[in-house]
Amino acid sequence: MRTPLTIRFLTSMPRSGWLALAIFALVAWVAVPMAHLMLPESSPFFVSAYTVTLMGKILCYAVVAVAMDLIWGYAGILSLGHGLFFALGGYAFGMYLMRQIGTDGSYGVNLPDFMVFLDWKELPWFWVGSDSFIWALVLVVAVPGLLAFIFGYFAFRSRIKGVYFSIITQALTYAAMLLFFRNETGFGGNNGFTDFKRILGYDITSAEMRLILFGLSAALLMFVLLLGRYLVTSKFGRVLAAIRDAESRVMFIGYQPLWYKLFIWTLSAVLCALAGALYVPQVGIINPSEMSAANSIEIAIWVAVGGRGTLIGPVIGAFIVNLAKSYFTVEFPEYWLFFLGFLFIGVTLFLPDGVVGLWRKLFHKEIGRAEDVSAPTPPPKSSPPPEPAVQSASIDAKGAAA
Amino acid sequence: MSTVLDPQAVRPEGLNAPENWEGPASDGHVVKAGELDLSHKVILYLDDISVSFDGFKALNKLNLAIDVGELRCIIGPNGAGKTTMMDVITGKTRPDSGKAFFGQTIDLTRMTEPEIAHAGIGRKFQKPTIFEHHTAFENLELAMKMDKRVWKSLFAALSDDEYDRVSSVLKQIRLDHEAERPAGLLSHGQKQWLEIGMLLMQEPRLLLLDEPVAGMTDDETERTAELFVSLAGKHSLVVVEHDMSFVEALGGMVTVLHEGSVLAEGDLATVQNDQRVIEVYLGR
Ligand SMILES: Nc1ncnc2c1ncn2[C@@H]1O[C@H](COP(=O)(O)OP(=O)(O)OP(=O)(O)O)[C@@H](O)[C@H]1O
Ligand SMILES: [Mg+2]
Repeated sequence: MRTPLTIRFLTSMPRSGWLALAIFALVAWVAVPMAHLMLPESSPFFVSAYTVTLMGKILCYAVVAVAMDLIWGYAGILSLGHGLFFALGGYAFGMYLMRQIGTDGSYGVNLPDFMVFLDWKELPWFWVGSDSFIWALVLVVAVPGLLAFIFGYFAFRSRIKGVYFSIITQALTYAAMLLFFRNETGFGGNNGFTDFKRILGYDITSAEMRLILFGLSAALLMFVLLLGRYLVTSKFGRVLAAIRDAESRVMFIGYQPLWYKLFIWTLSAVLCALAGALYVPQVGIINPSEMSAANSIEIAIWVAVGGRGTLIGPVIGAFIVNLAKSYFTVEFPEYWLFFLGFLFIGVTLFLPDGVVGLWRKLFHKEIGRAEDVSAPTPPPKSSPPPEPAVQSASIDAKGAAA
Repeated sequence: MSTVLDPQAVRPEGLNAPENWEGPASDGHVVKAGELDLSHKVILYLDDISVSFDGFKALNKLNLAIDVGELRCIIGPNGAGKTTMMDVITGKTRPDSGKAFFGQTIDLTRMTEPEIAHAGIGRKFQKPTIFEHHTAFENLELAMKMDKRVWKSLFAALSDDEYDRVSSVLKQIRLDHEAERPAGLLSHGQKQWLEIGMLLMQEPRLLLLDEPVAGMTDDETERTAELFVSLAGKHSLVVVEHDMSFVEALGGMVTVLHEGSVLAEGDLATVQNDQRVIEVYLGR
């Protein structure tokens, strides 16, 4: 029964899963770049810069959605603060992008424009090292990771659960947004960071850089899906699901739910931050509105639409909602929020298992366990309803007879 | 085993200094504090336990001693204090007075619930609390006695031994053909067995079972009795049950609880003929 980790990893996913992943990699790393660079614009297969960037952006959202599902779908903890971790990752990498502007800013000084505007003469201490790419990557992981760890430790230790947890994550995000809105905080106030020029010295607007960022986003998504697959099929994943279903029972058989929740929570936050770091150079801007309540709620909607507790569901949800969003915001911008609201209500009422659940229902695919159990169980004939404990009276009959 | 132990005889320094008490000097037996010491063949010893809820005495100077490997039934009318007694043993309820010892040295009244579970006392609740979305196999795997920290779980793989242990318990609880089914789909009786299996995976020395056959069919009840009888010897069992035919099938010693203390003790036929017992049951 003991199999090496690599084998277990390979077998944690069916062959069709690997095949789908390989096709996805081919499309993202070969087909799209070729179509973008080599085909003439008139070709029906031409992929425009707009499309590459839009897809790259949605791939980042998909990563966030999977990260959200790891904590919501598999651990039963609804976070309304994932927008914060996403934004922090974006800001951490954005600092590096700001420094890469160098003296090409509007004031021609080697200091981000907003600092010159504030009449600051030098970088504040927390910007030290921000010109280093490696340091930027460290910050991308460490800042959201530490914040999530500390916040999670206290929240889970105090056994804060359910809607209370959702509310305090939302409050934390809101507080951070107010902080980032202030110019004195040192992150560009309400304008945030923008006008990026280079990454590692290379032009950020070039077609090659666009394709690299897109390819990296695809790679990150594949990595997160594989990691998620490993986690949810490992014993760790089974303990996590058990905590979701009956936490006190898990404690009783000797596990400490605190550390299990903390691990998946922190990991989820770090994955969001990585997505944020890839998102910012693609869209060219990061500002505090990324921390608004609506953003974090939207993440939950992607997951709900696609299907909680599945790994592919959140990816599908992120694509459906965001493609719809980019269509609506162009065609009927004023109706987008209504559409989103109706979508959420509709899914909650009619598709509790999201699109993936619907697919399974329609095509009678072997249904996941979760659905199996929640469906009403035909009462096995060997199991009458529990009898009330009044059998004690039976002793008198027997006792008297004996 | 109906002699009532005199605590002073067993524990020369008195009951208040169990941690560093190292067993009677006479038999040269040395036990580390906190380790289960069964040198006197007694696994559980309750001495004058009293518990009251808002002045109502749920347990009233209860005395009970269970031998190693014994299968003991506790019966008594509703509200007699049977469940409360189990709550005291597992640390869920603290007694107002009295002593509870696991083996010779482990003072249960000073330990938390997880500590007591870890020390080797497994409890089955009246209502089964299995993990419904996990398969029967996975339920047992989760319950297995092993390192339960996050890091271990991330890379855990069952060894052949561990796999065999899960399989043998599955067989014991007659679920070897249902191993891959989600536990939520099992019948009521099977769920109860699964929970007992989860207890067994933790390798407890003492098993406490509160109304284990409530709601089971006659056939399931009969099989449960067989299971318990097969477990006795290797484990010690305390079974609370109202179903007299089940108690009869178990065949062990019976203790009758009434108003929080022991009313009678002996084999089933003896207690059923006890005038006080008949009165208690008929007078209701
Ligand atoms: N937490 C509590 N607070 C107040 N009273 C309690 C509490 N727990 C138990 N009691 C009372 O203590 C008495 C003994 O209860 P217990 O549950 O131990 O009885 P039992 O013998 O298990 O009964 P049954 O056969 O119905 O399961 C009952 O009168 C009950 O109402
Ligand atoms: Mg009871």
